[in-house]
Amino acid sequence: MSAVNRETIKTTAVYTEFHPRWYRERVSVYWWLGQWQYLKFILRELSSVPVAIFVVITLFQLRALLSGPAAYARFEHWLRTPGAIVLNVISFFFVLLHTITWFNLAPRAIAIRMRGKRLPDLLVAAPNYALWLVVSVVVAWFILR
Amino acid sequence: MADKIILEITRYSPEQDVEPRFESYEVPVYKEWVVLDALNYIKDKVDGSLTYRWSCRMGICGSCGMMVNGEPKLTCATFLSAYARNGNKVRVEPLRYFPVVRDLVTELSDFLVKLRNVKPWLIRKDEPPLSQGEFLQTPEQLDRYKQFSMCINCTLCYAACPVVGLDPVFVGPAAIALAQRYNMDSRDQGADERMAVLAHPEGIWGCTFVGECTRVCPKHVDPAGAIQQYKLMAVLDWVKSFIMPRGHTSKDVRSEPRND
Amino acid sequence: MKRQSNEAFFWMLFSAGGVVAALLIPGHLFLFGVAFPLGWIQPPTYEHLLALVRLPVTRIYLFVLCSLPLFHWAHRFRYTLYDGLQVKHLNEVIFSLCYGGAVVGTVVAGYLLWNIA
Repeated sequence: MSAVNRETIKTTAVYTEFHPRWYRERVSVYWWLGQWQYLKFILRELSSVPVAIFVVITLFQLRALLSGPAAYARFEHWLRTPGAIVLNVISFFFVLLHTITWFNLAPRAIAIRMRGKRLPDLLVAAPNYALWLVVSVVVAWFILR
Repeated sequence: MADKIILEITRYSPEQDVEPRFESYEVPVYKEWVVLDALNYIKDKVDGSLTYRWSCRMGICGSCGMMVNGEPKLTCATFLSAYARNGNKVRVEPLRYFPVVRDLVTELSDFLVKLRNVKPWLIRKDEPPLSQGEFLQTPEQLDRYKQFSMCINCTLCYAACPVVGLDPVFVGPAAIALAQRYNMDSRDQGADERMAVLAHPEGIWGCTFVGECTRVCPKHVDPAGAIQQYKLMAVLDWVKSFIMPRGHTSKDVRSEPRND
Repeated sequence: MKRQSNEAFFWMLFSAGGVVAALLIPGHLFLFGVAFPLGWIQPPTYEHLLALVRLPVTRIYLFVLCSLPLFHWAHRFRYTLYDGLQVKHLNEVIFSLCYGGAVVGTVVAGYLLWNIA
């Protein structure tokens, strides 16, 4: 009842805990410039943009194929302009960056165990590189035949 | 004889300071001294108000983590002579991405809450009777999670991970690695309970595989690898939840406990 | 009740797209973007390429080549914007633009490949 409750409240010690003012540092928008490893990471992530650019160019290429030999010749001419070549060379390096970082990181995501021990990273990455080589050669053969 | 080295140390007193400042101390360099020895020297002989955490001084308790020249390190495992050789000053700051309570002491309760949320203990759905004896584990079964069990909760990985700094609700590398340590343990049956906590944008999906956590880990736990493996598990679980929406049992084929 | 968010699905697309991009795009980009325009290798004729693209297997191959890497980009770029520019509060807009773009590209690719005579 209420008399009992008032008694309980009186005997319970109530105090405010001292809370020091913590210092919280705001993470700057330029955090990725602060460390070489962070910059490498952002470059790796930005490699997705040239991947998308390649797809867009390929779509234009398909449209040119669809539109006839004259349209395709105009597309090929565009590819030879200095701007396009610079774009594609830079994109090529980013796409290579994507491939190499992708294959080097893949073993960490897949823990393959044989006879109880985990396969070393190189043994998981190497087949990826081999497959890449084979696939590239096959595709090139079809295109250049 | 001993050279000298200058330590620039963050000082922050919440009663007096609005933001941290640096103070320089000159410290002798001995061949076997680590940064923690320098801090203890300063506290003993120069400025007793310097505040920092430390305990075992041998790299197992995880208390003495600080930023040394911008790198998260255990100060008991970072030798002064490496910096003295290069003529560098040593800048000692509290671990990044945590609130600072005072000087070099960080507020860790956020990390501890996240750690508790992933339930880092053995979860059993059925308790076999005592008469059945203890759980037995082969060396192969131990090997599956042993690396992740080496975590000493030093939170160096949190100081290294940019997502921890950018996204306050991201659960973080150590918590996920420890969740994975239990998921991979053959005695554990709690994988689905942890999945419900972790397989969310605030859990594992915030991770973009920067990889810094693995690089700075003093115990070679490889939390980045643990997180990527967990992502694969989460994908399989998500696919299964579509194929078998209701009859989805929690029994993982991987972790059949054997009490032979 | 859903046990987990659908983020797993988008990560799966990101992974698949990443594998396709890693395996196939360097070769294609080197040939069409660098070697042919610079004259290092004789480019294939229009007729040869058209004959190649007309095959059903090539159409499927090109569809995969155009579609999955776009979804890879969508996921990765979304997180790069969250982390790099700290714009996570705009996540609905970013999500729509990224995945919307990927869907648009996929539809365009499908339309083009379907209609190559």
